[in-house]
Amino acid sequence: MHHHHLILRVVTKMLVGAIMLFAFYVQFHGDFSPGGGFQAGVIMAVAFILYGIVFGLDKAEQVFPPWLVHKLVALGVLLYAGVGVVSMLLGYNYLDYDAFSPHHPSHGQHWGILLVELGVGITVTGVMVAIYYAFAGRPPPMKDEDW
Amino acid sequence: MAAEETHHVAKTFMDHLPVLQVVIPLFAAPIIIFIGKRSLAWPIAFAASAAAFVISCLLLMQVLDGGFISYHVGGWAPPLGIEYRIDAASALVLALISGIGTIVLPFAYESVKAEIPKKNHTLFYACFMLCFTGLLGMVATGDAFNVFVFLEISSLSTYVLVAQGAEHNKRALTAAYDYLIMGTIGATFFIIGLAMLYMATGTLNMADLADRIAEEGTNRTIRAAFAFIVVGMGLKVAIYPLHHWLPNAYTFAPSAVSVFLAATATKAAIYVLLRFMFSVFNPGFVFEEWTLYIVFIPFSLLAMFAASFVAVFQTNIKRMLAYSSIAQIGYMLLGIAMLNATGLSATLVHLVNHGITKAALFMGVGAMLLYSGGAFYNNLNGLGRKMPLTGAAMIASGLSLIGVPGTAGFISKWVLVQAAFENGWWIIAIAIMLSSLLAVIYVWRIFEVLYLTEPNPDSTAKEAPITMLIPMWILAGACIWFGFDTELTLGSAQVAAEGLLAGSAGMAH
Repeated sequence: MHHHHLILRVVTKMLVGAIMLFAFYVQFHGDFSPGGGFQAGVIMAVAFILYGIVFGLDKAEQVFPPWLVHKLVALGVLLYAGVGVVSMLLGYNYLDYDAFSPHHPSHGQHWGILLVELGVGITVTGVMVAIYYAFAGRPPPMKDEDW
Repeated sequence: MAAEETHHVAKTFMDHLPVLQVVIPLFAAPIIIFIGKRSLAWPIAFAASAAAFVISCLLLMQVLDGGFISYHVGGWAPPLGIEYRIDAASALVLALISGIGTIVLPFAYESVKAEIPKKNHTLFYACFMLCFTGLLGMVATGDAFNVFVFLEISSLSTYVLVAQGAEHNKRALTAAYDYLIMGTIGATFFIIGLAMLYMATGTLNMADLADRIAEEGTNRTIRAAFAFIVVGMGLKVAIYPLHHWLPNAYTFAPSAVSVFLAATATKAAIYVLLRFMFSVFNPGFVFEEWTLYIVFIPFSLLAMFAASFVAVFQTNIKRMLAYSSIAQIGYMLLGIAMLNATGLSATLVHLVNHGITKAALFMGVGAMLLYSGGAFYNNLNGLGRKMPLTGAAMIASGLSLIGVPGTAGFISKWVLVQAAFENGWWIIAIAIMLSSLLAVIYVWRIFEVLYLTEPNPDSTAKEAPITMLIPMWILAGACIWFGFDTELTLGSAQVAAEGLLAGSAGMAH
C-alpha cells in the first residue's frame, strides 16, 4: 500500500526504538536529571504517533490497540492514587512516601516518587496517543493516491 | 546516609477522612474505566458516592463546634505542602455535594439508559465520578492552587457530561462548547488572580495567604488579584452578567447531569468565592466592602428580577428552571453583600436549600422526559395527572422555590430578609419579597401545564419508575422537612457563617 516515502519509513523504523529508549531514560532518570513522567510520557507517545503518521493509523492501532490505550490511561491514575492508598494503609498520610521505608525515609521517598512518576508517565502516554487516535481516526477528506 | 529512626504514630481511618472524601471518588473513576464493564460502572459509582456521603457526614459532625480539621497531604506540613482543611462551611457544602451525588445516581440509572447511547455508559459514570471528585476537592482543599486543579477536573468533566445530551438534541454540543469557552475564561481569570497573589505573598496556602495579607497590608497587586478571582469565580458561579453559559448547559444536558449540576456546580463555586472573600482576604478588606456594595448588590438585584422575569416567559421547562437558578444565585450573592452573620448564614442555608429544591424539580422533569419526548411546556401537557407522584413532588419543591412558609425555601428567604432588616435595608427586604412574586408566576405555570391542561391524546405516559420516584421524593421530602426542622441546615450554616466572618483561622501548627 505504501510504496512511497521510502526514506521516511526506514528512518522512522530506526528512530522509534531510540525514541522509546530515550523516553525510558527521561522517565527513570528523572529524579537525577531534568525529566519525569510528563516529559517521558509525551516522548513515549511520540514514538507511536510518528509510527502512525508514517505507516498509517491502522498499523499503529495494530501495535497499540485503542482499548489498551484507554486501559493505560486509567492504569496510570490508579497507580498514582494507589501509591497514596498504600501509604495510607501503612498508617501514614496520603502519599506520604516515608511509609515505604520507615527506617530510611529518604529511600521511601525515592520509591514513592518513582512509582508515582511511572503512573504519570503511563497516563500521559495513553492520553497523548488517545488524542492522536481521536483526531486521526476521522475519515480523511482525500485519499493518499488522489494527491 | 545514616538511617534515622523517627517516631511515627500510625494514622487511623478517622484521621484520613478529609483526604478520603476526595480520594474515594477519584479512585472510582479509573477503576470504572479499567474494569470497563457496563454492568459494574453504576454500582462502583454509587458505592463511591455513598462512601463520600458517609465521610462528609462524619466530618460535619466533627466540625460543628466551630473548629477545623487540617490534613497534610504527603506528610509535608503547610504552607509548603498541600493542606486539606475542613471547617463548618466546607463540611456543609461537602455534605450537600456528596448527598446530592448519592441521590442523583439511583435516578440516573434509568435516565441515563433512556438518554445516552449504550456504548457511552461506562465512560459517563467515570466522568460523573471525576466531576464529583473535582467539586469535592475544590471544597475540601486549603491550598489555593489545588482549588484551581480541582476546578479544572470538575469543569472539564462537566463539559463532557453536558455534551452527552447530543444524542437527544444536537444543541448540547454548542451548549457544551459555550460552557467550555466561558468556563475556561473563568478559570484563566482565577489562575491569573492566584499568580498575582503568589507574586505578592510567595505562598499558596490559604491560611498563610490570609496571614501575609493581614501583615503586609494591601497593595495594587493584591487588589488586582482580588478582582481577577472574583470575576473568574463569578463566571463559574454565574453571577448575573456572567451567566450566559448556564441556561443552555442546563437545558441541553442529560437530565441526570442537569440535576447534579444545578444542585452542586454553582454551589461549589459560591463556596470558593466565599472562602476567598472571607478567609483569604479578610472581611475588613476595604476594597472588598467597596466591591460588595457597588458590584454585588446591583447585580444580585438585577439577577433576582431580570432572570426571574426571563424565566416567566420561557417555553421550555428546563430553561425556565435554569433562569430561576440564576435568580436564586442573586439571593445568595445578596446574602454575601449584607456582610453580617445573618446574611452569610442566609447565603449558606439557601445554597443547601436551593440545591435540594432545584434537584427535585430537575428530577421531576427528567422523569417526565422519559415519556414526553421534549421539555417544552406543550410536551408536558397534563402529565401531572398521568404521573401523580412525580407531579406532586414537583409541586412540593416548586412551593419551596417560591418560598412558601413550611418549606425549605421559606427559611432561607426569611433569614435573608432578617439580614436586610439588621442592616436597615428596607428597600432590599421589599425587593426580596417582590422577586418571590415572580417565582409564584413561573411555578404557577408548571402547575398549569401539569394539571390544568388536557394530556396529549397519543401520550403513553405512566408513573415514573420507582428508582426515580424514591430519590425525587427524598429531595421533595427534604424541601418540606428542612422547612420545619432547621436545626441541621440553618444551625450548621450559622456556625459556618460565624467561622467565615471571623476571618482566617490562621496556620495550623
